[in-house]
Parts: sequence; structure tokens; C-alpha cells
Amino acid sequence: MSDLTRKTAAEIAALVAGGETSAVEVTQAHLDRIAAVDDQVHAFLHVDTEGALAAARAVDERRAAGEPLGPLAGVPVAVKDVLATKGVPTTVGSKILEGWRPPYDATIVERLRAAGTVMLGKTNMDEFAMGSSTEYSAYGATRNPWDLSRIPGGSGGGSSAALAAYEAPLAIGSDTGGSIRQPGAVTGTVGAKPTYGGTSRYGLVAFSSSLDTPGPCARTVLDAALLHEAIAGHDPRDSTSIPQPVPNVVAAAKLGATGDLTGVKLGIVTEFVGEGAEPGVMAVFREAVDALTKLGAEIVEVSCPNFTYALPAYYLIAPSECSSNLARFDGVRFGLRVGDDGSRSLEEVMSLTREAGFGPEVKRRIMLGTYALSSGYYDAYYGQAQKVRTLITRDFTAAFEQVDALISPTTPFVAFPIGERTADPYQMYLADLFTIPTNLYGGPGISVPCGLSDGLPVGLQVMAPTMADDRMYRVAAALESAVGTFTPPAL
Amino acid sequence: MAAISREEVAHLARLSRLAVTEEELDTFAGQLDVILQAVAQVGKVAAADIPPTSHSVPLTNVLREDVETPCLTPEEALSGAPDAEQQRFRVPRILNEDLAS
Repeated sequence: MSDLTRKTAAEIAALVAGGETSAVEVTQAHLDRIAAVDDQVHAFLHVDTEGALAAARAVDERRAAGEPLGPLAGVPVAVKDVLATKGVPTTVGSKILEGWRPPYDATIVERLRAAGTVMLGKTNMDEFAMGSSTEYSAYGATRNPWDLSRIPGGSGGGSSAALAAYEAPLAIGSDTGGSIRQPGAVTGTVGAKPTYGGTSRYGLVAFSSSLDTPGPCARTVLDAALLHEAIAGHDPRDSTSIPQPVPNVVAAAKLGATGDLTGVKLGIVTEFVGEGAEPGVMAVFREAVDALTKLGAEIVEVSCPNFTYALPAYYLIAPSECSSNLARFDGVRFGLRVGDDGSRSLEEVMSLTREAGFGPEVKRRIMLGTYALSSGYYDAYYGQAQKVRTLITRDFTAAFEQVDALISPTTPFVAFPIGERTADPYQMYLADLFTIPTNLYGGPGISVPCGLSDGLPVGLQVMAPTMADDRMYRVAAALESAVGTFTPPAL
Repeated sequence: MAAISREEVAHLARLSRLAVTEEELDTFAGQLDVILQAVAQVGKVAAADIPPTSHSVPLTNVLREDVETPCLTPEEALSGAPDAEQQRFRVPRILNEDLAS
């Protein structure tokens, strides 16, 4: 079966379960694809060939022994390098953790293994998940399979590019301000940020702990839902994990795929369809709104006035939490140590280590957060940003009294050329303009491909109330049934 | 007027334990100034009476049952350390030499 890399995760699982192919054959097909195209795309930081084939053999042996297989058994998955993987290098895209092999698995990784998925390797990302283009990776940029001169989004550009390049049918990302949804949008793939607390942060290298949310990436909405179900749910090792049942996202995706949204009321966020998005993106978005209307959805505009302040509030809250979280990279317990020649003090070694180990964006955010938290500035910056966070949450709450879910373009612009925004950090931040409010509120959001603008993918974002992740999957699957999926030019 | 001076950035770098170069200070001072002027927009929101939100999930202290569970061995815990000695993380000197002697 030569086209195994073109199949969906649901199809692969069915073929493996039915004995029409083996997990080893599926895995080898994807490893071959990675070997053929990843020198162009650079989606992977590490390919775990031996580990993947061993996991695949285990699935085939279980099937041969007549043991029950889960719904994703034998399906390969690429994991963002932000999650700890036992014995497999985990760098977070940073030199400060180069060569680190964690002594334990993140909960998400444990659940992936328990589900019988096959981990192909670790994907590239902006260093410490700080960025919107994957250009801030210390190991070189990932390229967008739609146009190799353009960015694949970020921070999880490696995971989304791996999907678009058919190197993996499933991938894991993490979303602090849009790092799953924005790469999904610009690569023509699906990316879902679950409700905060719906997926475990145990073993996720922390950037901004009150916002970080791991989640699924796939080429179809159903595949994303299947992966969501496999990884979500309460984890006693994460104190912010929500002790409630996982919303029934797979059933919702199947319901949505019937193409009927009768009785569903959607709100277009007024503040995000003005001058914020480029005309090509808006044109595709408007067509998608027409498609949703034809599916039976009622569509209204809803104003969320404080969303305008989400981006500035985020760039105070996230750097503040990062400046605290990244204090653990001190050259003592793991990773790099620089300048320890016997003549220098701990503090000097720490400063030299962090200077050498962190890239420019990480340094900017650490200093920005240190500033926002310092006495004299705390009230005007971090304190005020936390109050704005309250107002954004109130905007969401009020909106969800009027509509079932909110929609907007996922990103203001399509994939931009590599190098276009690195000189001006604030221009890079604007890529997350529409995704950030969801993180501050803590609800779920999904990006689903809705069309092309000048040959480049555009995503539509669906935002739902907390723990109503199923709602966004239903709307996204319905839209997918109307507009189809999008395939990049052959690599 | 600049929101932040080069000297303030140098101070932040020291607080952040980043041994930045003179060249980096020039670059960061300009970039942080642009970013700070932009994020200062939060000040335009009238929010004097609004309670702050630190977290979207209502946080309560979570305690687990006091039962033994498997954990890392000392070798595993030290496996990523740049330097270790006698089952401990070895660090550079903490006190300066005059005090230490």
C-alpha cells in the first residue's frame, strides 16, 4: 500500500485493526516519507526510528494475539518537542536543553503510548514555544509545505508542517497564545486548543503556566477529535487539571460531519472582522460564513469590546509567568552549563549559561516579564493586565449567553515569507491577535481550513465555552464537510 | 519619550541573570521600548473596580493521599545534571573566596 501517508488517522486505524496493513508497514511508510522530504521541510528535530518501529511491532503483536486495540492503535504521531519523552531528546527548541533526555514521560506521552499510537519523533518549535513562525527555534526554521519560502506558523510549526507534508497523520502541539491554531491555519491543517485544564501539563516544559494547553493537530476534524479523546482527561499530577469527564468530541465531530447546523447560533466577533485582517483572509472567511449559513447555522455579530486589549494583556501576563518559570534553567539540574572553570561564582556561571543557552526572543520575554513584575511597575503592567483578563472573560461569558460559539478568522494574515517579521518582534506578536483571547479566558478554540487566498491556506476559528469543546468540533466538522480539505502542491 | 532606557535594560538583564553583550543591550533597549509602548495600552482600560484574574480555573489546594508511589532513582534524577557528586548536584562556589576561606 504505497499511499499510506495520505490516509487519515481514522482510516489507518481501521486498516490496522482489520489486518489489511500492519502498524510496522504504516510506520515505515511515514519514516520513508520523513527521509524523503524533511531535509526540505525541517519539521522534525529528532526522528526516533527504532522506538517507532518497536512500538509498531508491539501493536502488531497485540493484534496477532487477539488483544483489543484502541481507536488509534498503530497510528503514527509526531510530538512537539515541548513534551518530556523518556530517553528521547527533549530540547524545547533551545540550546539550553540540547542533549537532555528526560527520565520520565509527560502524561500526554504516556496516554499516547497507552493508546497504541506510534511516536515518530519530536517536532521543531520556536524556542520555549515563544514565537509565531518557528524561526526562533535554536535549530533552524521549519518551512511551510505550501511554499518552502514561507513560515509554517508557530510556535508549533514543526507539528503542523509534518501534517501538511504527509510526514505524520497526527501531531501534538501546545497552545499558550495560538501555537496550535495559528500553525494549523497557515498550513491548511486542523489544530485544536482544548479547554485549559482539559489536557494535562505534567511533563510539558512550562512557558506560561496559567495559559499553556497541550492539544491535538491533524488533517481532519475527526482525526483531531480522536486524538483529543486519547490524550484528554483528569490527571492528578497536574493541580490545574479539571476533574470532570472529557467532552464527547468524537461524537460531536461525527454529528458535525453530517453537515447539519440547524439550531446552532454562531457569533462573528465584530472586533476581529474590521481592519485587523488582510482583505484576502476576510474574503475567504466571508465565503466560509456563507457556507455555515447554508448548513443551517444562524449567524449574528457579537461585540467583545475588550478583545482589543487581549494582545497587550497577553504580552504582559505570558512574559511575567515566563520570567518566573524559566528561572529553573540555572545550569545546575539539567542542560547546559557554561564558564564553570573553578574561578567563577554560581551567579556568574548562571548568567553565562543563560546568556549562551537562550535565544533573543526568550531573553526579551524574560526581561519584559521581570520589568512588568518589578515593584513600581507591577500595578500599571501585570496588575492591570490581570484586570483586563477579567474583562475579556466577561466578554466571553456575555457572548455565550447570546450564541453557542464564536467565530473569526484564525489569523490576520496568511503565511508570511521567512525573515519578514524577525527584526520587529511586535510585528511577529500580531500573528496571534485573534487566538489570544481564548487563552486568557481558558476556553477551547479550533482552527479549521476554510479556503485559499492566493494559493495559501486560511483558517476559520471556532471558540466555545469552557468544557464545551464538543461544540467547536461539531461546527468545524460541519464546515469541513462543506468546503473539504486542502492539499498542498507536491514536494 | 522612551518607555525604557538602556541602563534600565542592563539592570533587568542583571536581575534576569543574563550576561548580555553591549551590542545586545543596544538592540534589546530599542525593541523592549517598542513592545512596552504597545502593551501599555492596557492602561487605557478603566478597570479600577475590576478584580484581577490570575487563572481561568478556580484554584483550590489539591492534596493527594499520603501513599508511597514509585519515583525517580537518584541516578535518574541526576542523569541530566551538568555535574554531580555523591548523589548530589554539584554547583560552582556560592560564597566569594574571602568569605569561604
